[in-house]
Amino acid sequence: MPKKFDYAPAPESRAIVDLQPSYGLFINGEFVDPVDGHAFKTVSPATEEVLAEVTEAGQEDVDRAVAAARRAYDKVWSKLPARERGKYLFRIARILQERARELAVLESLDNGKPIRESRDVDIPLVAAWFFHYAGWADKLDHAGYGSNPRPLGVAGQVIPWNFPLLMLAWKVAPALACGNTVVLKPAETTPLTALLFAEICQQADLPPGVVNIVTGAGDTGRALVEHADVDKVAFTGSTDVGKMIARSTAGTRKKVTLELGGKAANIVFDDAPVDQAVEGIVNGIFFNQGHVCCAGSRLLVQENAYDEVMTSLKRRLGTLRLGDPLDKNTDIGAINSSEQLARIRELSEVGESEGAARWSPPCELPDKGFWFPPTVFTGVSQAHRIAREEIFGPVLSVLTFRTPAEAVEKANNTPYGLSAGVWTDKGSRILWMAGQLRAGVVWANTFNRFDPSSPFGGYKESGYGREGGRHGLEAYLDVGVSR
Amino acid sequence: MSNIRGGAPGRVAVRKTFKLFIGGKFPRSESGRSYEVTDRKGRFLANAAMASRKDARDAVVAARKAFPGWSAATAYNRGQVLYRVAELLEGRRGQFVEEVAAGEGLSKSKAEAAVDAAVDRWVWYAGWSDKVMQVHGSANPVAGPYFDFSVPEPTGVVAVLAPQESSLLGLVSVVAPAVVTGNTVVVLASEERPLPAVTLSEVLATSDVPGGVVNVLTGRTAEVAPWLASHMDVNAIDLAGAAPELVTDLQVAAAENLKRVVRPESTDWAVTPGPERMFAHLETKTVWHPIGV
Amino acid sequence: MTTTAPPPVEPASALSDTASITASDASLRRFLHGLPGVDQVGAEARAATLATRSIKTSAKAWAIELAITMIDLTTLEGQDTPGKVRALCAKALRPDPSDQTVPRVAAICVYPDMVPVAVDALGDSGVHVASVATAFPSGRASLAVKLSDTREAVAAGADEIDMVIDRGAFLSGRYQDVFDEIVAVREACGDAHLKVILETGELVTYDNVRRASWLAMLAGGDFIKTSTGKIAPAATLPVTLVMLEAVRDFRTATGRQVGVKPAGGIRTTKDAIKYLVLVNETAGDDWLDPDWFRLGASSLLNDLLMQRSKMATGRYSGPDYFTLD
Repeated sequence: MPKKFDYAPAPESRAIVDLQPSYGLFINGEFVDPVDGHAFKTVSPATEEVLAEVTEAGQEDVDRAVAAARRAYDKVWSKLPARERGKYLFRIARILQERARELAVLESLDNGKPIRESRDVDIPLVAAWFFHYAGWADKLDHAGYGSNPRPLGVAGQVIPWNFPLLMLAWKVAPALACGNTVVLKPAETTPLTALLFAEICQQADLPPGVVNIVTGAGDTGRALVEHADVDKVAFTGSTDVGKMIARSTAGTRKKVTLELGGKAANIVFDDAPVDQAVEGIVNGIFFNQGHVCCAGSRLLVQENAYDEVMTSLKRRLGTLRLGDPLDKNTDIGAINSSEQLARIRELSEVGESEGAARWSPPCELPDKGFWFPPTVFTGVSQAHRIAREEIFGPVLSVLTFRTPAEAVEKANNTPYGLSAGVWTDKGSRILWMAGQLRAGVVWANTFNRFDPSSPFGGYKESGYGREGGRHGLEAYLDVGVSR
Repeated sequence: MSNIRGGAPGRVAVRKTFKLFIGGKFPRSESGRSYEVTDRKGRFLANAAMASRKDARDAVVAARKAFPGWSAATAYNRGQVLYRVAELLEGRRGQFVEEVAAGEGLSKSKAEAAVDAAVDRWVWYAGWSDKVMQVHGSANPVAGPYFDFSVPEPTGVVAVLAPQESSLLGLVSVVAPAVVTGNTVVVLASEERPLPAVTLSEVLATSDVPGGVVNVLTGRTAEVAPWLASHMDVNAIDLAGAAPELVTDLQVAAAENLKRVVRPESTDWAVTPGPERMFAHLETKTVWHPIGV
Repeated sequence: MTTTAPPPVEPASALSDTASITASDASLRRFLHGLPGVDQVGAEARAATLATRSIKTSAKAWAIELAITMIDLTTLEGQDTPGKVRALCAKALRPDPSDQTVPRVAAICVYPDMVPVAVDALGDSGVHVASVATAFPSGRASLAVKLSDTREAVAAGADEIDMVIDRGAFLSGRYQDVFDEIVAVREACGDAHLKVILETGELVTYDNVRRASWLAMLAGGDFIKTSTGKIAPAATLPVTLVMLEAVRDFRTATGRQVGVKPAGGIRTTKDAIKYLVLVNETAGDDWLDPDWFRLGASSLLNDLLMQRSKMATGRYSGPDYFTLD
């Protein structure tokens, strides 16, 4: 039935982005052709159009990049007074703000996420991250790691496709602030904002070789992580690959931090502020199409509040708008790739075959591109695969609990431990739950909040190390004893 | 570009008037007085406003009014605003270099070094805004089922007597640490070298710093300082610029409402400080909350 | 424009026995304090996200048209005179003398002693006469005075009464008194519709706004209204969000539909459209109608006309081209 108030198309213009037909690798401050790499394409997941050709860096290209980072570290960056290092990062932060709209549009084009999210969440956080770490560069003596903590050297960093530029900021900003140089590999489906970031480094007159961007896929990432002259490895991505990296760096002197997958429980008590809790549930699993490691993918709702919460939730899902990521009114964008879409579909079929009840609001999917409607499985229990495995899509599994202890037990009953949500009006219960939950981030009466000063990272198989704040410096300093 | 003297041969320079900066505006002293500012060789530079006790009073009112908004801004926002001030300071480098050179009797290159250090010092403090809480605050492991945490909070209105000698670097090093954490400030500039302070106030007026967050008075330290030190609505006072013979009396006056006092020391302003001057203007609030179902 | 009565519906079993809820202070308190709380940060974040909706081209044109028909054009000044009220009524009937296609507003809103002037000026045009009453804006007078205020306005021909609740009674927990007063005023209204002004700026917390909304609806209000417009803050998006959630939930629980009117501080077309988006995505289609949603405003109308003109001509307009009454 047609709605009375029909929001006309409100497209953000693509004109602000100056897409090149092809991109080289960013090594030693310049865009260069590959030595042993070759070209591949990156597409818009919303329309399947080819956006650009990008280079897959081969082994020798990775070697060149690491060598450039090493040279820059030895000759320039490690000799620069910390105060000057900080000012480069402040410059980068300012240029990120100046080019914010361009970056947001490019991110939405390449990733598929709604422009409202990239404009209002991703890009502002990117700038804030650089601002925050810029200020740490000359204050490391006060960070609680002893006086004059030293950097590690060259950092090899591999990031995922779900928050491309934000993940780059989480890696590059603290690394540089602490005095390291970096070689970063963006995900193969989302290289473009990293390449635009390289341009920004040029605009900031960042000394050549301090930041190097090598595009590519799994092989490029492996070459980087396994490179003998890399002192520090930082990886965000799947738990499976994280374990591979932990194995391949065994016996080396490399420091490693990993930010991996999750299957977070979003726990709603009977005294929760219902309307805000429903927003929190929606935000928890449907924000960024559910492509969030810390997504609230398991809703644990107190059994005596089940009907009220589910009725409100289903009503709310009816107002979600799925469609063109560049339309300013879109809430749910495209799934990032056909591979990811296949995986989401497969696990959803598993959910049905395991006996859970599947529901989606009425949703028109565009013909071209990769799309999946927001989906809710009810009648799910811990024994279901869809309650245990990370789907990484807009699929919510709903379970119930009776008591706080039972909620904790179910929430913790997973090899993952990245995040959790707690919804209740009672302060002491929030604190008790937070104390019990084996998760690196606990959101109470909110969800998916990030801040450069707030440490983020997982327990158990969600990884180790923290990103953000004072704690986030440790990964890039030659301090501590664990890897 | 010379503001203080000369210009191209034959061209009459349009000289600046140096006024007070209160509540985001530039009034002359309500007393109508001014005094001569000279360079180190005794040559006339400008007439600066000579602040009266009423100007000091008005400045405190302005600072108090600005405090709720400034202290409620996020640390990130304050950091952004202060970084922008540094951008504008850098843009005015030439003007500052002239004023510092003339007022302190420095060579151009020494004055440039001082101004560069001042801008870098301001950037240093701007970057502290969202880090103080992690360095100064804590969660405390009390022996009971309570979540217990301590957070720093700005103390309120801070009176600052700016260093007498170091007219920009020293000035910045006493003002920035107070405001970065959310305090508002009434600063009495160096008596004999007040010009950089007035130019700083022009930078603040054209930045995003809300009116009243920093108020700049120029005048006789011995005359104005006691009024600030005894003011019951001032929460803290930094005595950096107080002459030794004034210090004890100022502290006695400050004791009336138990102001937090930063005592003067001989300081090499060129050396990067620690966080102590920020901590001096912070309160610590400890909160307890039970943990239970 | 005619007023449609809400469709008669069997109340849902969830709330079939409102009489026992409203029998005493204690039972009202148990019920109202048992409603779900509102998280301030979450509510404000939701309102802010909805405010980013981009309403352009045909959607904007539709929204402007609807917003005009939802306006309660208001003058509530000590210095109001018959001349002023007549001028306002002329504006209500013909917002833009140079463009006959502009629809009429929903109502005029005036003080009770101005009602006869308005009734006379508006005739049978269909534009309603709304009158404030009950010792507006403070509400600090005896019940007898408030009822007398109401009855006179109704007798003079008011179609709608905008009453104020007793905030003092509410904030001191005397819910029964607030309830009884609204019931009494509703009775004094006769056929006139009753809007209940909560004065959300004085209630301050969203929890209070939710409770006061339910109290007003249980007492029989036809509309709940945010503000008198005489204090700040007046209407805000998050407050209106909470009230829209309340009317939505009330209809689910009882079957009765109640309208919402934000008033005060809504000055621009952008503001008005944000409110319509709120209605759209919270209460839904049924409330996107002047019978169920009003905007209490005065200068808003000219901004709507200016935006309407820009959409038609492509040029930015200026205040000289729109009448000031």
